[in-house]
Parts: sequence; C-alpha cells; structure tokens
Amino acid sequence: MIPAKFDGLMPVVILMAVAVLLFLGGHFVSVLLAPKKPSHLKSTPYECGEQPVGSAWSMFNVRFYVVGLIFIIFDVESVLMFPVASIFKEMNEMGHGGYALIVFLSFISILIEGIAYCWKKGDLDWVKSYQVSLKQNNK
Amino acid sequence: MNQTVVSYLSQYEFYDHLLAFFGNNQGLLSFVIYMIFILIIVTMCATIGGLGTYAERKISADLQQRVGPNRVGPYGLLQFLADGVKMMTKEDIMPFTADKFLFYLAPLLALVGVFSTLAVLPFSSGFALADLNVGVFYLIAISSLVGVAVFLGGYASNSKWSMLGGMRGASQIISYEIPVTLSVLAITLLAGGMSFGTIVGQQKGLPFNWFIFHNPFAFLAFFVFFTGALAETNRAPFDLPEAESELVSGYHTEYTGMRFGFFALAEYIEVFVVCGVAAALFLGGSSLPFNISFDILPLQLLEFIIFMTKTLLLYYVVIWIRWTLPRLRVDQLMSICWKYLTPMAILNLVGCSIWIVVFNGKSIAELIFGGH
Repeated sequence: MIPAKFDGLMPVVILMAVAVLLFLGGHFVSVLLAPKKPSHLKSTPYECGEQPVGSAWSMFNVRFYVVGLIFIIFDVESVLMFPVASIFKEMNEMGHGGYALIVFLSFISILIEGIAYCWKKGDLDWVKSYQVSLKQNNK
Repeated sequence: MNQTVVSYLSQYEFYDHLLAFFGNNQGLLSFVIYMIFILIIVTMCATIGGLGTYAERKISADLQQRVGPNRVGPYGLLQFLADGVKMMTKEDIMPFTADKFLFYLAPLLALVGVFSTLAVLPFSSGFALADLNVGVFYLIAISSLVGVAVFLGGYASNSKWSMLGGMRGASQIISYEIPVTLSVLAITLLAGGMSFGTIVGQQKGLPFNWFIFHNPFAFLAFFVFFTGALAETNRAPFDLPEAESELVSGYHTEYTGMRFGFFALAEYIEVFVVCGVAAALFLGGSSLPFNISFDILPLQLLEFIIFMTKTLLLYYVVIWIRWTLPRLRVDQLMSICWKYLTPMAILNLVGCSIWIVVFNGKSIAELIFGGH
C-alpha cells in the first residue's frame, strides 16, 4: 500500500487546475478565432431593443433576504447533524441506540420548531403581505 | 471500501516497475496517474455533456414528433462539435455597464465547482479519483459554488433580465439545498459514514440491497433528493433562472460565445454528476449484482459500465421530465420547497433514525429473508 498523503486531495486540486486551464484555453482559442468589431450599440445591456433605463443594480425585494436567513439556519443545523449521523449506526451497534436517538431527535425538533415558526409567521408564503392582510381582514 | 486509482493500481506488480521507472518518487507517479485518469474522465464528461445537448434536442424532437438535428454526422451525432466550434468563432460581447472582473469570474466558478465534484464520483470500486472520508459533505459544499456562479453571472451583467434570473437562481438553489442535504443525511444515517466508498460498499448485491429499498423512508428520500437535485441544477420544471419565455435567457442573457458555452457545459456536466450521485447513494452505484471474492481489471470495467448505465438512465429521466412538465411559478417553486419537500425530508430523517434503532439497522429485505 502507499502512504495516505498521496491518496487525499491531490486529484481535487488537479481537477480545479484543469477547469481553470480549460477556461483560459477556451478564451485563448476564442480570441484567435472570433471577429472583433466593437460598437457602443452592441455592448448596451439587452432590454428587448429599448434604450436601457437606469442601472440593474437597484434595491431588491426583501423576500430573498428572509429566504437567505432561513437557509443559513437550516444549513448550519444540517452541518452539525452530519457528524452525528455518521456515527449513529455505530452507536446503535454498541447498544447506545436509544440514547443516540433521543439526542438526535431533540436536535431535529429544534429544526422542526424553526420551520413551524416561519410557517406560522407567513415567511414561507411568497406574497406575505397579501396573505397576512387577508387573515387580518377575516378576523 | 472504495479505493482511489493510485491505491488500487498499487496492488499490482507493474506498479512497482512504474515506481522504479519514476525513480521511486511516489508523489510524481501519483501525480502522473491522477493526471491521466483526470484527463480521461474530463474528456468523457465533456463528451457526455456535449452529447447531453444532442440527446436533449433529439429526445424533445421525439416527444414532439419532430426529426431533430440530423445533418451533422450520422443521425446528427456530431451536432455538439459543430455547436462548440460555432461558439468559439462568435464575437465576445460584454455590456459596457458590466462589472468586468465578476463577469469573467462567473463562468470560471461554475466550471471549477462542477469539475471539483467529479473527484468523488465513485465510477467503480477501484477507480474513484478521491475517496474522501467526508465524501457527500464535500460534494454538497463544493457544488454550491455553482449557485454563487449563477448569482454572480446575473449580478455582474448589470442587465435587468440577468439580475432577475440571478436573484431567482440564488434563492432557488439555496432553498432546494435544504431538502437535498436532509435526504443525503438520511442516507448517511443508514450507511454510517459519509464517504462514497462506505455508502456504495453497503449496497452490494441484488437490487433489494440498494438503499432506496432499505425502508419506506429511504424510498421517499430518493424522490425528495431527485426533485431537489433537479431544482439545484436549474432543470425544468424548475428552470426559472433562465426561463426563456419570461426572462429572455435569465442569468446568461449577456453572455456570448465561449463564456456562454462554459455555462452550458457546466450545467450539463452538473446534471450528469447529480444523476451519478443519485445512482451511488440510492441505486447501488457501481456494485455488482453478485458477490465475487477475487478482483481483476475487467470486473472494474464491468462495475464502471453498471454505474454509467444507471447514471445515463437517470439522465434520460431528467430530460424526459423537462419535456413533459410545464414550468412552475416562483411562488409555487418556493412553497413546494419549504412546505412540501423540506417537511418530507425531515420526516424521512426522523423515520430513518427510528428505523435504525427499532430494527437494528436491518433493511426490509433482511427482515423478510433473514440475512446478516
């Protein structure tokens, strides 16, 4: 057998390097082959033939912000669950299955609680304001 | 236990001769072997990505009773090469309002993110490039680079269509990552490890040993995973980031020529990778349907063929779904993810953990037929 240090991340690094080389190579070939006739009109942002109005970098709907927040909560939780999940079976074979299950489920219950809260608050609805005002009118 | 190419080949006698040829420099020899295999795999995946575009057009033509591409080469098979050449000879246009650096960076990130995922794909029990002990975790982490690329591409173009597409893409990809991650967690529970070697190694034998048939929750988890994976790769019916009928072309509206080509290539290879991961996690991956105690090179080839068959069948299903189902609305997309898939994925996770404790980690088949 061979030492573990040659068996680890070397292919990952090589693959990344190959991706970068492919990108640069593609660009190089395209620079050689492609025509270059720049004009101002050609390089205006596409807006279906109309003159573009203003910049696209504008304020954006805060819905995406909430989605991002929920994502971070869930992602961090699942990152923390991965190590537990990978030794769960081993724990069960050692006879600590019930204990591991209780710990695992109580951790997941925090996750369930989180999603239930978001659901109740209406953060999972795309058009929150409309839904909320509808509920208030019904009351 | 899976092995990487180098550790697999080091069992054989000719490895020692090779080692002597390279002056006993283990690092150099590993590098050369990895390089050769990476070039083979990258070429193969690029060809599969290219043929994917061809298959997409041909299958859609079949489904709509058209002929499809049939001019370039026999049955139009060389269409993707013609498309590639055409992309290279197209003028490179960048909007003058764009953020130049990020505009260049976005396709590169997509390409790097997708190529790095190829490293852990278990092509056969001997020929994985890297069998990391955090395999699935690495895969989930690095494939989210593509989400960054989609958003950056949309943002850097400074065009309204691109911006909308990028925003949709970012929110969609991060949302659907949750059910996918939770489904993968369920499989990690069943396999008792995160490396692809461990996961595939436990599904050896006939189909009832596959994790999809391990218990009812794992069966559900497969569909949650597959739906979520479709959305993460921006495939129809979840192709909102590039919805051509509403956003022109979404996040790559402003991309022309080769840079558009890289986005397309990355997308098609990503679909292949996702299908491969689904095959490895749930459908037994490269495991042979019979037990063999000895190990010779042709067997590895057979395993490779089994893996590719499963992956390409799933690839066909992905294309089939694209041309069968209509696109969702944004609000439907979000409610499917957060109100249906995520609770279902959590249920699967809870179900799998309880199943392991109650039935001592046995699958349905083992409970029925006895077994281990």
